Amino acid sequence: MDNLEQLVQDGLNAVEQADNLQALDHIRVEYLGKKGVITQQAKTLGKLSAEERPAAGQKINEAKGQVEQAINARRANLEKIAIEAKLASESIDVTLPGRGQDLGGLHPVTRTLERIEEIFARAGYSVEQGPEIEDDYHNFEALNIPGHHPARAMHDTFYFNPGTLLRTHTSPVQIRTMEAGKPPFRMICPGRVYRCDSDMTHTPMFHQVEGLLVEKNVSFADLKSTVEEFLRVFFERDLKVRFRPSYFPFTEPSAEVDIEWGREPDGSIKWLEVMGCGMVHPKVFEHCGIDAEEYRGFAFGLGVERLAMLRYGVKDLRMFFENDLRFLRQFR
Amino acid sequence: MKFSEQWLREWVNPSIGSQELMDQITMAGLEVDGFEAVAGEFTGVVVGEVVSVEAHPDADKLRVCQVSDGTQTVQVVCGAPNVRNGLKVPFAVVGAVLPGNFKIKKAKLRGQPSEGMLCSESELALSENHDGLMELPEDAPVGQDIAEYLKLNDIAIDVDLTPNRSDCLSIKGLAREVGVLNSLLVNAPEILPVEAVHSDVPDIRVEAPEGCPRYLGRILRNVNLQAETPLWMQEKLRRSGIRSIDAAVDVTNYVMLELGQPMHAFDREEVAGGIVVRMAKAGEKLVLLDGQEVDLTPETLLIADHDKPIAIAGVMGGEHSGVSEKTRDLVLESAYFEPIMLAGKARQYGLHTDASHRFERGVDYELARDAMERATRLLMDIVGGEPGEIVEVASWEDLPKPRAIDLREKRLADVLGLAIDRTTVEEILSRLGLHVDKLLKDGWRISVPSFRPDISIEEDLIEEVGRIFGYNNLPVTEPTGSLGLRAREEAVRPLSAIRNYFVAQGYQEAVTYSFVDPKVQQLIDPEREGIALANPISSDLSVMRTTLWSGLLKTVLHNQNRQQPRIRLFESGLRFEQNGDQIDQQPMLAGVVVGHQTSENWVNGRRTADFFDVKGELEGLFRLLGIEIQFIASQHPALHPGQTAELLRDGEHVGWLGTLHPQVQKNLELNGTILMFELFLNSIVSGYVPNFKDISKFPEVRRDLAIIIGNDVAFAQVEHVARKHAGEHLTALRVFDVYEGESLGEGNRSLALSLFWQHPERTLNEDEVHSLFNGVIDALKEELGATLRS
Repeated sequence: MDNLEQLVQDGLNAVEQADNLQALDHIRVEYLGKKGVITQQAKTLGKLSAEERPAAGQKINEAKGQVEQAINARRANLEKIAIEAKLASESIDVTLPGRGQDLGGLHPVTRTLERIEEIFARAGYSVEQGPEIEDDYHNFEALNIPGHHPARAMHDTFYFNPGTLLRTHTSPVQIRTMEAGKPPFRMICPGRVYRCDSDMTHTPMFHQVEGLLVEKNVSFADLKSTVEEFLRVFFERDLKVRFRPSYFPFTEPSAEVDIEWGREPDGSIKWLEVMGCGMVHPKVFEHCGIDAEEYRGFAFGLGVERLAMLRYGVKDLRMFFENDLRFLRQFR
Repeated sequence: MKFSEQWLREWVNPSIGSQELMDQITMAGLEVDGFEAVAGEFTGVVVGEVVSVEAHPDADKLRVCQVSDGTQTVQVVCGAPNVRNGLKVPFAVVGAVLPGNFKIKKAKLRGQPSEGMLCSESELALSENHDGLMELPEDAPVGQDIAEYLKLNDIAIDVDLTPNRSDCLSIKGLAREVGVLNSLLVNAPEILPVEAVHSDVPDIRVEAPEGCPRYLGRILRNVNLQAETPLWMQEKLRRSGIRSIDAAVDVTNYVMLELGQPMHAFDREEVAGGIVVRMAKAGEKLVLLDGQEVDLTPETLLIADHDKPIAIAGVMGGEHSGVSEKTRDLVLESAYFEPIMLAGKARQYGLHTDASHRFERGVDYELARDAMERATRLLMDIVGGEPGEIVEVASWEDLPKPRAIDLREKRLADVLGLAIDRTTVEEILSRLGLHVDKLLKDGWRISVPSFRPDISIEEDLIEEVGRIFGYNNLPVTEPTGSLGLRAREEAVRPLSAIRNYFVAQGYQEAVTYSFVDPKVQQLIDPEREGIALANPISSDLSVMRTTLWSGLLKTVLHNQNRQQPRIRLFESGLRFEQNGDQIDQQPMLAGVVVGHQTSENWVNGRRTADFFDVKGELEGLFRLLGIEIQFIASQHPALHPGQTAELLRDGEHVGWLGTLHPQVQKNLELNGTILMFELFLNSIVSGYVPNFKDISKFPEVRRDLAIIIGNDVAFAQVEHVARKHAGEHLTALRVFDVYEGESLGEGNRSLALSLFWQHPERTLNEDEVHSLFNGVIDALKEELGATLRS
């Protein structure tokens, strides 16, 4: 009993010196296990009187508690050290680049097309597709461009034979969609179109989006708002837009749309032509079996590359079709 | 059309500047393409008179001249061949500055002092002509500033007219528009009939009245074609982009520019018998004014004499019957040719003339007589001559009929979105020459003048009102209308989802031409012939693609030539195939991969992409789309015979995956192992709508096995046999190792498989699994000759 204090002191010293969890466990067994030196002290209680026993027992328990507490504290400490050591050994250079597949990217034409489609889809326009090898009827006749019409010279058409050609615009898709359905219509027709022309500012293939809205009561004023809003939404700018009378065989009245694009050297607004539009020509409705007295419509068309060039600052149209990776990667 | 602003202002002169005038006509739909000064910038050039010419003592080609500038006479050394005594020329005095900032100073030429310079047209940037000095008329006032004398304070404006506005292919038509826009009256020159002084008339026979409903001819006798075209006319022609030829040609061109009527002058002596307007006969030939001989086709409308063709009607005259300095009598032609008859004719002969441009678009069918009178008068003023009667042959049933069109006030307001007041509408229309014939209860009856062939329906009138009122003055309103919901198939994935998948897999999207080089395509797809364009832009873009690989491989080459070793590209678009008399236009999705699988990195980043990388990416796509695809070993002419898979969906062909055939690769000068795939988009986009099944609460059991099997047995066969015998509760079968090595024996490999079973309603017992597993092993042994690897 006399050496209890000493035992506790020894135990505490041992705990203090334990430098790993295993050693600590040995100490626990040595002092506090069933046969541990402090536990064994309980045997001495039998030699004491009934009056002395409780106090002595309590002392032993206190001694056990003291050592146990020290062990627990030490264990927590050792565990912490162990974790820290493990963490230290596991540290990595987080500045090294990550692994895995690089991101590819969409072609800028697709990127632009998707943006245009999304803008119109939110206003209820459907997206329609059609053949690229077209017949003369859908590309020209039905659009009020009969054979030998001087407007055909505006088109520089690629032919396979006199009746078969590469579509020069996506308007034939509007014809096909109107032939197959019933008004009202709200659609855009995006896609590849072809003109027999190749120089600095022309490629023999390019992309157009043509839009059509057919309702019982629609006017040129409605067309103006649709075109103006589209251009402002697309360019995310409050640009000035003007409508200039023009001529397309399939619309009447017809207009070209110019946007404000910087200033001329003399300080006046520099206007850039970006779209064509107009009210659907009654002949076009007639070809599609739609009563032009009951329904009216407006149509508009735009060049996708042209808008992409303005939007992204591309200076050479031909780059779109060279597919140089150093060009394409700038649009991902 | 190019015209002189000054000329236009002789007809109508609004008090606005040049820029404002150009903006105004642009906004009226006559788009100004550009403008240029009619002369270069210069100062100090006056009308000079050569008073004496002497030979230069020390130079054969130079002359020493005395030139008067009106106040003094100075010595000028000149080398022009046409310098002569009494000649009036533009004279740049000492101190003058010519175009290009060329300063005129006192000088000595071969020892002779020279004070000033006599100028050619090119030195004043009036034209390219530097053949000799510009010769001024005898009555030019000596000493007057040349810019003032020639009225050079002018610009030539180029308008890009749309094909419907043939009425504006003349000063008269442009003036009409400008008059309407500025509410001004137009001053047209007075045209009076010229009285005949003899009874000599041309014999005219029109055999093709449907092509030529009106033909006017007149004889002008005893003309002097040596007479010079007056300077004012030459200048107007020059500023309109037309070169002065001789008085007869100049006058016909002048009348065409002024009034819009193309005309022609024949040398009467070369017209045998009389004029016949007829269709060409097979085998006929004609040498045109430009010197080329053409073989005439029977659908060509001709002007002929009694023996031979003398002109292609409305396009170009013949060389033989053209006028020359020696011509004594002229036959003048002023006619109306049907636009449809002339459409495409000039182009067919590789021509495009001022006349054909106008006739194809439609000339005023009532203009021919006025033009004839105007031209006769102008000619007589220049070349003299004795006019005869005009002979007119007209076919009334073939001439266009005068049209009246009703314009409804409500329709006008409905289409434009604005009710414009009646007075404004009426004023706009009448100024355009669209006279209100009759007021109707709900609008107007409008008579259309002969110079507006483009106006034939109500919408044409609405456009005219809107155009002059100003599109930018019309209101802006939001469209209203029905907004029904549209069908949307959930099982069909949009193309954008597929594109985004490939982008996430590191592919860059390409957009290549739909027409390709037939030689390249022949190498890639020798069994199919691309549909050929009749008029390709070049031979390497002359047939339609039968596979998207044609464009993609060319793109690989382009990029490999630019130090891009790692290329991953995809494209979607149509491919074209002739199918009997139908053309099959199929949307495809194709890709090519070459170089490292991932971009070079610090862990395992230098592994070259192989078949299974791309196959894995496609399998990922098919999972995204919710479809099952089988890969079957197959052969394709463009692909490596041992590394080609045909893709099937429910037994139907949906595409190819493989490695480019090394021989094809070499022929195309490409580098590296190139993996390629192409899929029929329509066959893969439609998957399924998910249908929930209860999740089993019972444990899954896994058993692994490794077999040794012949290389000739495809994994697909192993899987097929294993699945067949594994019972209905097999949930998955995976390969986790493929090994080939000498220890396995020649021609063998080892496959390690794991099989997973799970029952939806109970725990599978050991015996059941054991027996299924053994069944699989036995079947592999018996059916495929596999042995179990220990």
